[in-house]
Amino acid sequence: MYSAAIFLPLIGAIIAGFFGRIIGDRGAQIVTCICLLTSAVLAVPIFYQVAILGQARDIQVLQWISSGALEASWALRFDTLSAVMLCVVTWVSSAVHVYSIGYMSHDKSIPRFMSYLSLFTFMMLMLVTADNFVQMFFGWEGVGVASYLLIGFWYEKPSANAAAIKAFVVNRVGDFGFALGIMATFFLYNSVSFDAVFEATPAMTATVLDFAGLQIPALTLICLLLFIGAMGKSAQLGLHTWLPDAMEGPTPVSALIHAATMVTAGVFMVCRLSPMFEFSETALTTVTIVGASTAIFAATVGLVQTDIKRVIAYSTCSQLGYMFFAAGVSAYPAAMFHLTTHAFFKALLFLGAGSVIHAMSNEQDMRKMGGIFKLIPITYFLMWIGSLALAGIPFFAGYWSKDIVLEAAWASGSSSGHYAFWLGVIAALLTAFYSWRLLLMTFHGRARADHHVMSHVHESPYSMLIPMMALAVGAIFAGWGLYGYFVGDGMHEFWGKAIFIAENHTALHDAHHVPLWVKLAPLVVAVLGIAAAYWAYLIRPGIPAAMAREMRGLYLFLLNKWYFDELYDFLFVRPAKRFGAFLWKQGDGTVIDGFGPNGIAAGTVMLARRAGRLQTGYVYHYAFAMLIGVAAFVSWYLFVRG
Amino acid sequence: MSDWPLLSLVIFLPLLGAAFIAIVRGEPETVARNARAVALWTSLLTFVLSIFIWTGFDKGNPGFQFVERAQWLPGVNFTYHVGVDGISALFVLLSTFLTPLCILASWKAVQERVKEYMIAFLVLETLMVGMFASLDFVLFYIFFEAVLIPMFLIIGIWGGPRRVYAAFKFFLYTLAGSVLMLLALLAIYFQTGTTEIPTLLTAKIPAGMQTWLWLAFFASFAVKIPMWPLHTWLPDAHVEAPTAGSVILAGVLLKMGGYGFLRFSLPMLPEASMYFAPLVFALSVVAVIYTSLVALAQSDMKKLIAYSSVAHMGFVTIGIFTFNTQGIEGAIFQMLSHGVVSGALFLCVGVIYDRMHTREIGRYGGLVHRMPLYATVFMIFTMASVGLPGTSGFIGEFMVLVGAYQANTWVALLATTGLILGAAYMLWLYRRVVFGPLTREDLKTILDLDAREVAIFVPLILVVLWMGIYPTSFLEVIHGSVAGLVDHYHASVAPTSAASGAVR
Repeated sequence: MYSAAIFLPLIGAIIAGFFGRIIGDRGAQIVTCICLLTSAVLAVPIFYQVAILGQARDIQVLQWISSGALEASWALRFDTLSAVMLCVVTWVSSAVHVYSIGYMSHDKSIPRFMSYLSLFTFMMLMLVTADNFVQMFFGWEGVGVASYLLIGFWYEKPSANAAAIKAFVVNRVGDFGFALGIMATFFLYNSVSFDAVFEATPAMTATVLDFAGLQIPALTLICLLLFIGAMGKSAQLGLHTWLPDAMEGPTPVSALIHAATMVTAGVFMVCRLSPMFEFSETALTTVTIVGASTAIFAATVGLVQTDIKRVIAYSTCSQLGYMFFAAGVSAYPAAMFHLTTHAFFKALLFLGAGSVIHAMSNEQDMRKMGGIFKLIPITYFLMWIGSLALAGIPFFAGYWSKDIVLEAAWASGSSSGHYAFWLGVIAALLTAFYSWRLLLMTFHGRARADHHVMSHVHESPYSMLIPMMALAVGAIFAGWGLYGYFVGDGMHEFWGKAIFIAENHTALHDAHHVPLWVKLAPLVVAVLGIAAAYWAYLIRPGIPAAMAREMRGLYLFLLNKWYFDELYDFLFVRPAKRFGAFLWKQGDGTVIDGFGPNGIAAGTVMLARRAGRLQTGYVYHYAFAMLIGVAAFVSWYLFVRG
Repeated sequence: MSDWPLLSLVIFLPLLGAAFIAIVRGEPETVARNARAVALWTSLLTFVLSIFIWTGFDKGNPGFQFVERAQWLPGVNFTYHVGVDGISALFVLLSTFLTPLCILASWKAVQERVKEYMIAFLVLETLMVGMFASLDFVLFYIFFEAVLIPMFLIIGIWGGPRRVYAAFKFFLYTLAGSVLMLLALLAIYFQTGTTEIPTLLTAKIPAGMQTWLWLAFFASFAVKIPMWPLHTWLPDAHVEAPTAGSVILAGVLLKMGGYGFLRFSLPMLPEASMYFAPLVFALSVVAVIYTSLVALAQSDMKKLIAYSSVAHMGFVTIGIFTFNTQGIEGAIFQMLSHGVVSGALFLCVGVIYDRMHTREIGRYGGLVHRMPLYATVFMIFTMASVGLPGTSGFIGEFMVLVGAYQANTWVALLATTGLILGAAYMLWLYRRVVFGPLTREDLKTILDLDAREVAIFVPLILVVLWMGIYPTSFLEVIHGSVAGLVDHYHASVAPTSAASGAVR
């Protein structure tokens, strides 16, 4: 059962990928959906046994790398953390698989698409069930490749190709940190298995490592390096640039990979490695600050975007920031809680956006939408549910998880925790605002599309609506239903040994006893944000444009996403290309070949010419040369030997 | 089977096939057809025989196996002495695995002087295998040098427009290094009085002499691998060589340098190796970053892959000079993996070169529309080249880096940037060639892989995945000998560097 739940998606991917032409579009859809749904069903008893009954287990599959002390195997580790992820991944993935049947029905390479989706799911499951760093890295890079393939799925579009490469390379920058982190871990512990490393960690707190000339406490070094990997995968500030561009991929992909699962891998990693992060205050503070800064940064950019998917993408980025600062204040269960609820409502929002795009003949610009809420009422209703959950309105899923995250940040009492709390509250205001901006621009107001598009607006088929409804159920009830287990009284039994929190890190405990205003603040700002959106986009529709005019500098700064892309292009991309060309032409061409082979060849030719000129043909020249030679030889013999 | 001279059979069977082809007479067409068939069957049979070396290999024995020894001339201190250990066994297999694929790849691409071409390839195979199996350094030197001759001919006769320049550059470069190695070998003979490698592995050579000998060996091996800044012959040679020539060049010939370091420099000259390790690290790190950047600027597919080879071989030299288990095993694995992957990438270029007769990246684009099968194959090898976990490329690179981190964090830090740059240039290449709209008129009739080409790529894909998912089949062969090498090294340098840390 355990292995089947993990490997079924792989089997589906192989069948659809290699035999897609034989079994046809319909066959590929059926095979992959059945595999995934079976896997999702199997996840339930696994979750029950592992998380509720507390029977964690570790299944060894095959030896992988073995070299000296370096031992890494293919293994499936089931504890509460991986069981939670297993459920989230297989359920959302099943919904997305079924949704894709309807959404991609006009596409010409359906088997390929279904195969990639299943492959992604398998890689994600390998990531979450890893019992050592190296297999985690396998899943980590594997989901990266699946994401690359899916972003670039429509390969005739240059923008999609560019986005796919950008996603892969920026993720590689993160993986660079991850890989170095694994190397440092092996150097310190002489092992890469989670159990051995976690067991030895408390004894390592005083160890200092030399890294590239710097003396850094070992655990801080390792945690920070690994966190660079998490930043790349989870699109945190600095390495976030790939996520908005990744929206070039088909919308089901955005829902599955760039909202619900892959981008949360970084959060999962920090939670999984809680036994290490807990021993490094520096690392935890860094995680908190990066998370909080991302939350506010992405929310501000989300305010001005006009592409419906990009708004949701920045929203995802922002929500991931919440998860990180929750982990940063040692409230890992709260981070996992928000991860879970977010997976449902954000996937719902993306699928809803996909439904809108489907209805609007592939239009993604919200400025060309509007006035369609009566035409697609079910989508409209489901988008409302998603937005309510995202904004944190009682008693939707996001309300429970976002509140506990913010309360824990406040309760941590540290200055970084308070930084996170205040930025988180402001970001919550912005979140509510841009969510309703999206709803109002998309569905309300004047119809801004031409009559051609408007005449085609239609509700999506049931293959798309039913998965959305399933996710909507999660978006409504996941918070209320899971609160007790994840962060409530049953928390300790539920998480068991999967998450470790040091004795003196009590933020999550204290979160239940914060002042009332802290509890109410997120709700108040959410309502304010919604009201402001109504005022600006429905009651007084001229205001946003006027504000953009008045504060042109700020508007452009936000519209251009704080100019990160331009900066990186200027700092890294163009210099790398120019420098490469320079090294090739000047380094290889002029210097190495010039003085090396070509230079020597030319030199030889010149020498030969000169030697040739020596042969004048006159006997006395030769005789003279001989005499000099004899004289020299004799004098050497006399002086040196004698 | 055990009393057969298996290793000699593997070495000389191709030569026999070559002799057979040489005596074929008749119409040019018939000769060509027969030459191809004989070459293919001979090389396949050789490959099958070499598998017995792998399966019959005793993993518990770190010493040499399948040893055959015969006096060459009575009274002369020089013997025919062959055998394999964990370090060389898999290189023999790599050579015999790639040769039939090369012959298959040249089936249609080579139409002129087919007979001579096939003879050259089979002779080349004998020399490569002989080089890896030699246990006497005179024999080793003969094979090591003689390999140049068929390769020189393959580039010079069947190569592209600038083939003569490239062939001479290749020949002179490698020969210059080899002359110094010959001097070093002679010096070792006068010092120790033996030419037998197994005896020399434990011989003590004075530290002062080691330095000079090491530099002489280095001159030869560094050119072969090639290390920066001695690499400029490689892009030229690759660009001009026919596809199969590139495959063998990248797949096997580059490995001769790495093998040389492991067979001579490390065990025979341990003190000098330790002394020069920082130099090797510095050159290798420069190679990884420099050539990756240069690869980014290329507009010729073969040149791009050639530069990526230099970067990947930079990982190999780093791994060898970490002197720890992960580093050295990783270096060997990286060489094997690179042999398969870069060979496959050159074959991928060959496929479209055969159709369009150009290697300019800008001349392609949107191939996926006409060639979905090709796009898949190319994608798999691209991913293996960027070191995706699950493919062979990851295992070697990762082990080398783990080893490097223990030796020097700077090296690990800088070499790891190769991960990012490698992804950038390979994916960019792939995008420009395979993705995008199909706009060029002449590409609109291009055909996908045919059965012969599929037959070439399928074994390569299987091996890449096998090595990536279950590398134990290969690593367990390597373990014993590398452990012996690492122990020997640390025992030799222990008095001079007590602080160098424990063996991991």
